[in-house]
Amino acid sequence: MINLLTPEFFFTVIRVTTPILFAAMAAIICSKSGVINIALESIMLTAALTGVLASGFSQNIFIGMVGGILGGMFIAGALAYFSLYLKADIILVGIALNLMAVGGTVFVMFVFTGDRGSTNSIRSLQFPDVNIPLLQDIPVVGTALSGHNILTYLAILSVIGVWFFLSKTTYGLRLRSVGENPDAATSVGIDVRKVKLVALLISGFLGAFGGMYMSMAYLSVFSTNMVAGRGFISLAAASMGQANPFGTLLAASFFGLMESVSYQLQAIGIPAQIVGMVPYVSVIIGLVLYAQYQQSLQKKKTLSKQLKEDPNEA
Amino acid sequence: MPDIITMKQMYKVYPNGIVANDYVDFSVKEGEIHALVGENGAGKTTLMKILFGIEQATTGELYHNGQLVSFQNPQEAIKAGIGMVHQHFMQVGSMTVAENVVLGSEPKKYRFLLDRKKAIDDTAEIAEKYKFKIDPAMRLDECSVGTRQKIEILKALFHGAKVIILDEPTAVLTPQETEELFRELKGLKERGHTIIFISHKLNEVKEISDRVTVMRSAKQTGTYDTESISKEEISNLMVGREGLWELTKGKATPNESIITVNNLSVMDEQRRYLLDHISFSMRKGEILGVVGVEGNGQRELVDVLTGLNKASGGSIMFKGEDISKQSIHHIREMGLSHIPEDRMTMGVATEASITDNLLSIYFDKESFNNGVLLDQSSIDAWAKDRVKEYAIKTKSPNAQVRSLSGGNIQKVVVAREFSNNPDVVIADQPTRGIDVGAAQFIHNKLIELRDQGASILLVSADLSEVLDVSDSLFVMYEGKIVAYFDDVTNVSAMELGRFMLGIEAQDEEQIKRGIYA
Ligand SMILES: Nc1ncnc2c1ncn2[C@@H]1O[C@H](COP(=O)(O)OP(=O)(O)O)[C@@H](O)[C@H]1O
Ligand SMILES: [Mg+2]
Repeated sequence: MINLLTPEFFFTVIRVTTPILFAAMAAIICSKSGVINIALESIMLTAALTGVLASGFSQNIFIGMVGGILGGMFIAGALAYFSLYLKADIILVGIALNLMAVGGTVFVMFVFTGDRGSTNSIRSLQFPDVNIPLLQDIPVVGTALSGHNILTYLAILSVIGVWFFLSKTTYGLRLRSVGENPDAATSVGIDVRKVKLVALLISGFLGAFGGMYMSMAYLSVFSTNMVAGRGFISLAAASMGQANPFGTLLAASFFGLMESVSYQLQAIGIPAQIVGMVPYVSVIIGLVLYAQYQQSLQKKKTLSKQLKEDPNEA
Repeated sequence: MPDIITMKQMYKVYPNGIVANDYVDFSVKEGEIHALVGENGAGKTTLMKILFGIEQATTGELYHNGQLVSFQNPQEAIKAGIGMVHQHFMQVGSMTVAENVVLGSEPKKYRFLLDRKKAIDDTAEIAEKYKFKIDPAMRLDECSVGTRQKIEILKALFHGAKVIILDEPTAVLTPQETEELFRELKGLKERGHTIIFISHKLNEVKEISDRVTVMRSAKQTGTYDTESISKEEISNLMVGREGLWELTKGKATPNESIITVNNLSVMDEQRRYLLDHISFSMRKGEILGVVGVEGNGQRELVDVLTGLNKASGGSIMFKGEDISKQSIHHIREMGLSHIPEDRMTMGVATEASITDNLLSIYFDKESFNNGVLLDQSSIDAWAKDRVKEYAIKTKSPNAQVRSLSGGNIQKVVVAREFSNNPDVVIADQPTRGIDVGAAQFIHNKLIELRDQGASILLVSADLSEVLDVSDSLFVMYEGKIVAYFDDVTNVSAMELGRFMLGIEAQDEEQIKRGIYA
């Protein structure tokens, strides 16, 4: 039987939500600045590999982190360069980068390690887990919330950070103006292209942590195509969250929940091939339910408005 | 007063080869209101974009306070004390008025954070100083068009503009709002600001400006003291032809009604009335005008009349048939033509040729078909005739519509819609944004059709157009008809303005006069 109401299950949900959350925050920054960063998938995948290689060869977790960040930002920078400066279609460039990253990471892995499937031959360092004093002693809650990887806590902080950046800073204001009306931004002297470049680089930075979480926290190896669509799921989460960091946190948690459920299903013997579809099917179901909900909300709003305005008519 | 701005021999070619400014000289004295007039496409906006650093001149010199300068981007122009209020507002809807005003030079705290309170205070202060009534904390997309324009001016002032360029500021305003704007502009002038006012409404130019510079097809055709030149003279300089000023129009002789609209309603998704139980008749041999501030149901009315949208209630009787639920094709077949509001998206296929655009509603006519194939030679001959009859300026009927100027694109639409001698024409903003010559051509065509017995509905945001061209008119406000005049000759724009703003409304009996047998 599967039991979903255990603290261990919640622990898993939080664990698998982490990479999605990082990438979804990256997606928010981009969408607010008016660019669609479909290359999140390759940003994560590349960072997952470069992080492992940098930490493996240096045996220094900090250098590993820098390696991962540079990998992610390199892909984001490439996307920015081709789309913003060379004016190529950003969706097509994004698709190309995603396709390239799948093969490219395997190639680089082979060059550096001689492995084709995963980086077993080098020992990557892992980001540490953190036990939170006091919290860890609370029964049930402590089990679910404490003892996560440091990146998980960082991901939660990034939600607040992104919210703060977008709504409180002047650069956030400018970034939103660029996304909503680039002509307006231009007319007051804001360099639209530069702002979009910065947004993409930030998304490369955040997305890199999502990727590194996969290979340097969740696991300690890089394996072929290990991101497995999480970049795309993050785009869906950001869209369901209406590019609001807290709404997006909820949406990302929902997808994390579904992924955790799929692990439980696997444990009770449902074929892995079917179970493997659960997270992705849940994205579709989630998006559909969300659209329905939006519509009914709209109707309710109208009705109550009408009742207020004209009690005789409704 | 010395010149604050001098532009010498400005020449500008766009990458697509269009020469928008052909060695233009233009100078503005400090502290004056200088009108820049010209037909649409004359190059006014381009000249101002060069001044504001949005576009770079191909050749030519720009002097600011006697210094040779060249602004590479708006930021540099803003720094030099130049501000521009664009034809299309440059605003961010989801932000507050204050955030819009300060965007680009935001007040900061702790170096990186936006100081919202100071933004609001600064905005309030500057609004106070120039006597603009504005709530800085309001969300921008909740503001009216008139207010949004004020915000644009405030924005320029906030950024320290001494010279303010206004690109066709009155195009979107009611007469009352225009009066208010003019008061504010005069206030700015008193405080020492210099104003460049772009328009093609000559009444306004006469009223507000000290000097006027006229442009015609990319060239400057003269700068004058406004007092020393008449509207007719300006008009002649604008179009370069004499005698275009007068519209020759005989009295209408309306016959029986051909379309009767009864209790017609349209609701939005939120089940609110956009068109609220309206009734009126369109009579043969008459041009019926529809005026109102944009967004008061005119678009919905046009959409249901032409079949683009379905009514949620009521009926439209056309030749004895209710067309409120009919297809666009059927309605057109019955003899109704439509000049849509937005020619670029609804009126033409910009990538297609003139011929194909003309043909687009006639392709299934027998005379254009040879079995299953189109009869290209008869189509070509027919298209050539249309181009000639409607004086569409082009090298060939096979040219892409995109390559034409606005006025000529609209002529393509009109040529297509009028070529089957329609019984009813729904003309929605038929001359918006096109030059005087083309506008007059279209007006004459409308009157010609009327005299042949067609019934025309003329929806326009340009009050003087409705007052000049239509025979009778009604005013719409919040989806309802609030006034009907059976003879436009004794209606004034100011009077209409009061109805348009909802300050006044006729009683039901008066409005019902618009329903004929
Ligand atoms: N960005 C552009 N690219 C190419 N052609 C343009 C551009 N902007 C304007 N034009 C052309 O330049 C001419 C002048 O336009 P504009 O300066 O907008 O005139 P006006 O403001 O007097 O109506 C027109 O023929 C127009 O089609
Ligand atoms: Mg213009």
